[in-house]
This record gives sequence, structure tokens and C-alpha cells, in this order.
Amino acid sequence: MAKKNAAQTPSTPASSSKKHVTPATPATPAAATAAALSSAASTVAASTSNAASSQVDLISRLLSSYNKETPQSLKIIDAYLVFVMLTGIIQFVYVILAGTFPYNSFLAGFIASVGTFVLAANLRIQVNPKNTEFKHLSPERAFADYLFSSIIFYAFVVNFLG
Amino acid sequence: MLGLNSSSETVWLRVTILSLVAILAFASRLFSVLRFESVIHEFDPWFNYRTTVELVENGFYDFVNWFDELSWYPLGRVVGGTVYPGIMVTAGLIHKFLTTLNFPIHIREVCVFLAPLFSGFTAIAAYLLTAEMKDPAAGLLAAAFIGIAPGYISRSVAGSYDNEGIAIFLLVFTFYLWIKALKLGSAFYGALTALFYFWMVSAWGGYVFIINLIPLHAFALILMGRFSTRLYVAYSTFYVIGTLSSMQIPFVGFQPTKTNDHMAALGIFGLLQIIAFVEMIRTHLSSNQFRSLLTGLVIGFFIIGFGGLVGLTYGGYIAPWTGRFYSLWDTGYAKKYIPIIASVSEHQPTAWPSFFFDLQLLMPLFPAGVYLCFKELRDEHVFVILYAITASYFAGVMVRLMLTLTPIVCVAAALAVSRLLDIYLANAGPAPVTAAPATEKDVKSIKEDKKKEKKKEGRFGIWSFDSKLSVVLPIGLVLTVFAWHCTWVTSNAYSSPSIVLASRGRDGSQVIIDDFREAYYWLRQNTPEKAKIMAWWDYGYQITGMSNRTVLVDNNTWNNTHIATVGKAMACSEDVAYEVMRKLDVDYVLVIFGGAIGYSGDDINKFLWMIRIGEGVYPNDISERNFFTDRGEYRIDDQATKTMRDSLLYKMSYYRFNDLFGGKTGYDSVRGSHVSTKPIKLHTIEEAYSTENYIVRLYQVKKPDNIGRSLSAASTFGKKRKRRSRKPASGKAKKGRG
Repeated sequence: MAKKNAAQTPSTPASSSKKHVTPATPATPAAATAAALSSAASTVAASTSNAASSQVDLISRLLSSYNKETPQSLKIIDAYLVFVMLTGIIQFVYVILAGTFPYNSFLAGFIASVGTFVLAANLRIQVNPKNTEFKHLSPERAFADYLFSSIIFYAFVVNFLG
Repeated sequence: MLGLNSSSETVWLRVTILSLVAILAFASRLFSVLRFESVIHEFDPWFNYRTTVELVENGFYDFVNWFDELSWYPLGRVVGGTVYPGIMVTAGLIHKFLTTLNFPIHIREVCVFLAPLFSGFTAIAAYLLTAEMKDPAAGLLAAAFIGIAPGYISRSVAGSYDNEGIAIFLLVFTFYLWIKALKLGSAFYGALTALFYFWMVSAWGGYVFIINLIPLHAFALILMGRFSTRLYVAYSTFYVIGTLSSMQIPFVGFQPTKTNDHMAALGIFGLLQIIAFVEMIRTHLSSNQFRSLLTGLVIGFFIIGFGGLVGLTYGGYIAPWTGRFYSLWDTGYAKKYIPIIASVSEHQPTAWPSFFFDLQLLMPLFPAGVYLCFKELRDEHVFVILYAITASYFAGVMVRLMLTLTPIVCVAAALAVSRLLDIYLANAGPAPVTAAPATEKDVKSIKEDKKKEKKKEGRFGIWSFDSKLSVVLPIGLVLTVFAWHCTWVTSNAYSSPSIVLASRGRDGSQVIIDDFREAYYWLRQNTPEKAKIMAWWDYGYQITGMSNRTVLVDNNTWNNTHIATVGKAMACSEDVAYEVMRKLDVDYVLVIFGGAIGYSGDDINKFLWMIRIGEGVYPNDISERNFFTDRGEYRIDDQATKTMRDSLLYKMSYYRFNDLFGGKTGYDSVRGSHVSTKPIKLHTIEEAYSTENYIVRLYQVKKPDNIGRSLSAASTFGKKRKRRSRKPASGKAKKGRG
């Protein structure tokens, strides 16, 4: 299944995989709306169980595919990304509870989280062997880029903390 | 040619041409220095110069914390927090660098030559940008174009020490880095883009253009289905570092998180995160399932984001668009609601001829270049198209924004010309015909061969020398004429310092009119150090810069009420004005009057703006209608309205003007009419100084009367009989007005 998707024909449903896909199609729009408007979808009792089961199915498939196909180095970066995202969420929740008073400090801290996340995500994209667009970029160069942008970024963060 | 192989030869040739272009760009901006002297021009540059001197003398920290007591009396101005410090810091650093090299140079010289220097850099940046779009040949053309295009020279001649001088270089170079980052998907270039963006933010308010154009570009690419991880890397690196860095500038502060001007960039940033996340999941799941999920997510995010923005704006958390922004969409807006913005001549809508005056040949070439971009439509061409569209619109709305249009016009025109020359100057002909065609049949067969060849290879072109010549020669001619035009415009229209004027005498010799500096120097030498000078805001920077005296209002028009108060003093009768002036501790009043010599940018011509701005705040004291005659004319002669003739500005401008004409009625050569025959009497102020050509007139405000009479009463003491005979007429008029 996953291999067939690699053919990347998103605009037209691949004719070869029609058999596999067709049973899933009726459920898909429901799943999509459920994801987009998850709160609204919960009220619709009839379609919920159907959508939820397909959602669970989807997620389990996603996880297994992720575990199988992601190299170890990328998984480490992903763990880092999750950690950084948590720091950002904690700061955000704190600000909602305690107020934004030293606004620059909050901004510096929060943007530090966002920026760290984004820069690490850049690194992940660039060293991902599946991304054909970055064939010209060696992992070492990607890491050097990461370091360079991080240094500039943290210089501004430190200056802004106040 | 030089015993080098051809590729290194072209590199050397390119470097040589490019450096020559940069030198040319520098040199063609020196007319003003050669004609006049190395002096700071116009209005705003004087303030920049003054702050730079402060920076160089007292160091960076004093500069940031500087409270300027000389302006906006009695309020003062926190300069460090209300200024874009980029240009001052740049000039200061260059000055420091040169002095460390034991190359002593006065800071004024650095300031005067800063803009031409950066124009040279702009040429190089334009080369790089265009080379990314097409090839180095087009880049060289673009560099040459921007080096001499009058649209850019208008703001970057030597002495024009203003933000735009370095900002255009930063604009073009930031865009170049952005394109580079996008092409390579490089975080390194993304970070560099952000760094130059930071420099740009520190230098000019026009940075808002960058922070809206780049997201627009990203958004367009997403809509075109061209999302790529390269876009993600380039944009997120740029946005995160750029936004954080822009908040380091005190004048910008928290605006990037609080104003609508910056929200588009944030929205695109969020959108990219979501798309990238979804794309990542997509690699793990069937494409069919996720297509619908993706659309749902994107649309949902867009709606939530937009709704949130609207909600926050109404809730007051995010400032709505500023007035200056509205005036970009509705050209009548400023005139109605913020006359102070509309009153600035560079904020007027652009007249058609000025497009051709400033860009000439580039103007017709510009659409051709944009068309060529449409034909190729790689990611970077989308950028050119978007830049071209937005900048054309903005340039049409405001004269001043012609400046942001010029770079893209140069790039597009260079693309067009270079494409043309590629076709008509191609060295490689078709496969060489070895045997001369002997018979007609042969000729035909060769022709057929040629046709076949063309069809086969899909190549087409012009091979014969004469047809090449017939196109290349006119193009060369037109380009020559363009260069000629540029030089002419630069030397005639854009190289006047405007504080020193030049005119031609009857014999053709040059006459220098130096009234401004004469008056400012007089103020510096003859008035007490704490004297407060009242003048219209245009001259505020010059007075503080050259006379070192306190002014009430200046070109940093942050306080509309204060300016309106000055407008009220100028537009009302002497007695009303005297009260205002006493309250503001005014010691001297300065007016610019061009009637004697024909200098049209004087205060009488600006008077209507003073009235309008004043009326906006003091509608009870000033009414614009009263300054026009019954037939709606703006007159200064005997038929001028009573309000006009009583206004302080009118009186100051024409006081003793008739004496210049030996008792006959004076003739105002700007308005082209005679002035009022009645002699003007002043009782609350007295003439202190008038310059050689009467351009600047200074009046001293009298102290209040010792025994508490009004000054008009005091001035007529002992002349009662004479006054009584005149009184009834004026009294009636006054009643009529009240």
C-alpha cells in the first residue's frame, strides 16, 4: 500500500490500486470533516462511530508506517521536536494563566520554542534521504546551516529576553 | 582573448563590467557636489545628519536614550524610540571603520557620500537578483539600468542622506537572498535573508513591503500547487529570525505581533507548518485519503485564522490597519481624514508623465519583461510578477513609492532586452553551408534543409547579418538615448540640494541663492541659545540642524494637534496668533517667502495646507472658505479676503514688500499678481531679519505691554485720531465675520 502511494499521483486516483482504495473512499470525506471540525463532528451520533473507527485505523496505520520507514536519526530529531513543542505549549499555557506582563520575555521565550522547532524541522527535512530536493546538500552541510541559523537566532533571543 | 580559457575570461569580463557599472552609479550621483558643495540636502537628511553627529560624538547608548529638547517644544521628542536608526548606525560604523584605519574623515562627508556608495551596491544586488532570474548577461543589464535610472537617483544623489538611500539596496539584496534561499531550500540563505531584513527594518518603514511581499509569494506558490520543502525551509527560517530580529528595533517594538500589517506573514507561517506536517503524514499514507484531509485542514485553518484575526482586531488586541495604509487603497482617504499626510508632496498620487520622466525606456520594456516571466513561470518568476503588480499599484498611488517600483522595472526590462539580444546577437549560426549554392535548385534544397533543421531541433533565430543589424542597431541607439536622458534628468532635476538654489543670470552665468543658510546662520549667531522659533513644520529639521535652536514642530509629524496649533497661529489674525505664540513661548517666527525672486515652494503656496490642518483641530477659529474670494479664487492682491489679509502669515510675507518696488505696488512673481496696495502694519511682532532675496523672513515676537494693554492698543497709542477715521470699516468687517 505504502509503496503504491509513492507513485505520487494525487490528482487522479491510481487505477492500479483501485481495488484497495475503493472500499475506503466512502469513509474518507467523513474522516476529513471529522478532522477539520472535530468538535462539530462529535455531535453527529450516527456517523461518529464509523468515522472514529476509520480514524483509529488511519492512525494505527500511520504509526506502523512511521516506525517501519523512518531512520533512527530522524526519530531522534522527531523526539526533540516534540519536546520543543511541549516547551512552547507550556509557556503559552502559563501566559494564559499568568498574563503577558514582561511581554518581551514571553515573546523571546515563546519564539525561541517556535524557532528551535522550525530550525530543527529544517534540519530534519534536509537530512531526510527521501527528500529528493536536497540531494545536493550533504548532511554535514545541513547541520552547518542549522548551526549558523541557530547562532543568529539565539543571539536575537538573548538580546530580547531583557 | 587574454590567453585565458573562455569561461574564466567571461568571469573576468563580468567582474570588470559590474565594477564599472557600480563606479558609474556612484559617479553619476555626484552632480550636486560638483555644482554646489558637499552639503546635506533638503529636510529629513538634516535630522538624520544631526542624529548621526550625536551618535558619533556620544556613542550608541546615549543615542538610543537621547531625549531631544530642541524639537516639539514644549513636549520634546524621544529620538531613540521614534527613529529608524539603520542609516545613522551604518554611517557611524563606516566613519568608525575609516578612522580606525587612520583615514580621518568628517562625518558629514560620510553622510553625503553614503547614498551614492550604496547605489553602487544596489547595482551589484540587482545584478545578482536578475542573474537568478535569467542569466548573468541580463544581470549586467539590470545593474546598468538601476545604476542610472532617475527613479532611483532621485532619492540617492550625494547629500541626500535619507533612509531610502540605503533601504533600496537592502530591499533588492533581501529579495535576492530570498530567491536564493527558496531555490536551494537553504537555511543558511534563509538566515541571511532575515539578517538583511533586520538591517532593512532598522533603516526604513518600507520594510512592511518585504514582510508582505514574501508571504504573498509563498502563498501564491502554495495556491499554484508548488509547495515544496524548499519553500518551507526558506520561509520558516526567514520568518522566525526576521520577526524576532525586527522586534529589536525600539521603533518597531511589538508591532509584528500586534498590527495587521504583519499578520499575513504570521498566517502564511502557520499555514506552511500545517501543510508541511500534512505532507509528512502523506508520505506514510495513501494519497487518496489525504487529499481530502489536506483540503479540509487548509480551508479550516484559513477560516479559523482569518476569523481569529477579525475577532482579535475587533477585540482590540491587534491594531487595525494604520491610516497611512488606508491612504494606499483610497487615494482620497488622506485628504479627508489625515490632511497632514496628504500635505506632503511626495504622498501625492503619481502623475503619468512622471513615470516616463523617471523610467523612460524602461517603462515600455517593463511589461515585456513581465510577459517573459509569465512564459517561464519558475518559482522566482512568480516573485517578479507579484512584485511588479504590487509595486506598480503602489507607485501609482504615491509618488514616493516610485522608488520601490524602480528596481523591479529595471529587472524586468533587463530580462526583456537581454532576451532580445540573445536572439539577435547569437553567434552560433545554423550548420555552416560549406559549398556555395550553385543553382537555384541548390538554394531551394538548402532552404528546405534549413527548414527541416529548424523543425528537427526546434531552433529558430535570425542568422543573417543585416537583419541582426537592423534590430540591434536601433536597440543600441535607444539604450544610448536612455542613458543620455538619465544623465540629463539627474543633472537638471534631481541634483539640487534645495537648501542652496541656483539660477541663471541674464548673461548665462550661474547665480547661487543661499538665503536659507544665511537665515539659519543669522539665527545661530544672533538669537539667545534658548530661543524658540516658530515655523511651519517643513523647516523644523533644518532649523534645529543648522541653527541649533528650539522649534515647535518639525518634519517628524507625530503630533497633529501641535502642528494644527502652529497652523492656527499662521492663519489667524495677529491678536489670536499672539495669544497662541505667548502660550508656546515663541520668540521668533520664520516664514519662507518666494514672491520676490520667484521661489515657488514658499509658505503662501503651502498656506492652504496649514489652514486645512488647523481647521481639522480648531474648526471654530479657522475656516478654509474665508480664505477664498466669493468667486472661489485664492488671491493675494486687493481683492483678497479680509481673513486672508489679516492672517499672520500673509502679513509676515508681504510686510514692507512694497518698499522693494520704490513705493509702487509690489509684484509677486510666484503668484503672478500684484499685492495689496495697503501698507501692512504689525503690532505684535517686529521684523528681525530678511535675507538677501527675501526668501526667509524672520520676525521677533514682542513682549507683552508693560501696563497690560493689548499690543494693538499699545501700538496705536497717540495715533488715536488717525485710527478713529479708519476704524469703522474694519470694525464692521469684524462684526460681519463673527
